[in-house]
Amino acid sequence: MNETRAMKTLIAATLAVAAAALALPAAADDVPRTPAGKPDFTGTYNVATLTPLRRPEMFGDNLVLDPAEAARIAEEERKLQEADLAPDDPNRTAPPKGGDGSTGAAGNVGGYNAFWVERGDGAFQINGEFRTSIITHPENGQFPKMTPRGMQDFARRRAFYRENTGEAWWIEAELDPGPYDDPELRPLGERCLLGFGSTAGPPMLPVLYNNTKRIIQNEDTVVILVEMNHDARIVRMNAEHAPEDQRFWLGDSIGWWDGDELVIETTNFRDETALSSATRDLKVTERFRYAEDGQVVYSFTVEDPNVWTEAWKGEYPWPRTDDRMFEYACHEGNYALGGILRGARRLEREALAAGADSAGTE
Amino acid sequence: MATAIRSLAALIALGLAALASAADEYVAPRGPGGEHPDLNGIWQALNTANYDIERHMARHAMQLREGPHGPLPAVDVLKLGAVGAVPPGLGVVEGGSLPYKPEALEKKRENAANWLDRDPEVKCYLPGVPRATYMPHPLRIQQGEDAIMIMDQYANAVREIYLEDIGEAPVDSWMGQSVGRWEGDTLVVEVTGQNDQTWFDRAGNHHSAQMTVTERYTPMGPNHLLYEATIDDPETFTRPWTMRMPLYRRMEPDARLLDFRCVEFVEELLYGEWRRHPLERP
Repeated sequence: MNETRAMKTLIAATLAVAAAALALPAAADDVPRTPAGKPDFTGTYNVATLTPLRRPEMFGDNLVLDPAEAARIAEEERKLQEADLAPDDPNRTAPPKGGDGSTGAAGNVGGYNAFWVERGDGAFQINGEFRTSIITHPENGQFPKMTPRGMQDFARRRAFYRENTGEAWWIEAELDPGPYDDPELRPLGERCLLGFGSTAGPPMLPVLYNNTKRIIQNEDTVVILVEMNHDARIVRMNAEHAPEDQRFWLGDSIGWWDGDELVIETTNFRDETALSSATRDLKVTERFRYAEDGQVVYSFTVEDPNVWTEAWKGEYPWPRTDDRMFEYACHEGNYALGGILRGARRLEREALAAGADSAGTE
Repeated sequence: MATAIRSLAALIALGLAALASAADEYVAPRGPGGEHPDLNGIWQALNTANYDIERHMARHAMQLREGPHGPLPAVDVLKLGAVGAVPPGLGVVEGGSLPYKPEALEKKRENAANWLDRDPEVKCYLPGVPRATYMPHPLRIQQGEDAIMIMDQYANAVREIYLEDIGEAPVDSWMGQSVGRWEGDTLVVEVTGQNDQTWFDRAGNHHSAQMTVTERYTPMGPNHLLYEATIDDPETFTRPWTMRMPLYRRMEPDARLLDFRCVEFVEELLYGEWRRHPLERP
């Protein structure tokens, strides 16, 4: 498997060099096409990648990742997975009281290790070049400067997020409402309304796991099924947007062909968007194309004048996979949301009881 | 009375058979790739199967209690009045009623008596097959050259119809695993690997995880599909049985699936009591 991939990489790199040398456009004859002659993107894709959306600052304005550095990143990930996927000691004891110190998705009890996580085996490359980030514009690979409104909203959301210390910190912080007051105040992913991390977007971004996508295309409609939360994006070709007052969780997507590129424009979002920070005035323009190296490349432009002072852009390849999608029945198994709310109520009761105690001893 | 019911049954059997023969004669335009009929479009059932797939008269409510002169709406649904009544239906089941095993029939009755607590639709859970087909919402069939997907407006449920042998379902799921093949102009879909959490309707009709569903989609006119589903579940029923109904093309020029995720509509029901400041609850 790894050999095959290495070989593909080598071939892709060689082809890319050859194409660049001859200044060839995309190999138009090799592209799979529909009976109507349009490029056919029907297929199943796994979009997981270790390349982050935003560029790590050490790379500055450099979009291209040195192959040696790419190899190092892939090797580190391989080692991590190897360690995490090794069988556990059946005689191990329970995590220590207060947690084992693991952070993030592991939840301080070793919850999510590499077994659960599928974020790819390495950095992605386009036409033989490894990339340092998905974002291509601004040139530093970061989000553009936010508007004052964008910054204000961001700060307000930020106040909701704190490491779980086992205390009802929001009482002392005098947050009203507090982050756990109501289900409506929890993130859309936690509520199973949308997948997390803009997996269905748009823009559709790689996430921690369940990165499978499925495209079924015909002349009138392109459907992009997103594994996480079984979200089917239905792109109506050569159609007009819905009336202004009709709003959709995934926005309203219309599509058209620009030569051999499939263009999708999405507007009519709700106040709550899959893309973090965005508002109902978000507009996302996506493009699918076959690159010279034969891969499907997905690119996007994000515009939301309420939030960002300029448009930002990104691109990454969608490698095909022979795997099939699993059913991501999120809401049906959502024991967590009730647990989160019940847990918060308990912490509040404990905080009030402690307050009453200390008042009594004074 | 008994004779009247028998003739009604005969009439319905005749009606269902007539549906099938209409589908026999029609030749549909070809779909993408030019070989198979075009099933693309927005379709919807127009019947009361989601209330009760069996033949039924109108009744007071989806959940009942005994009154002094017969059944009355259960307390929890009383205030819905006529809006909460069950509209009558000819039924979509061949023969009118389901061949339950005795203990499975008992469970059906318990389900009906506890409808609000038990119907997965109340909690906005994925509908499973065949219920997905006759929910009171449109569905979209997306057909490419060699790929088919069915998307439901209800709960944004979705299932791919795999057009190749992909082996046994790796795990049970709410929507199961659908594998299709063409028999002439009929798309035949075998659905396996469904869990036992879904129901057939709001009347408590149920199945086990052993169920296999064989669906048949046949164009019966430019704007109608004949939908048939044969249910084989020896754990629940004494024999396989078949349901049959037309699906109608939504003719509005701007017909499309709209958003009915419905998760947001049940948060108060499922989680409301754990709000920091709970609203008054019944």
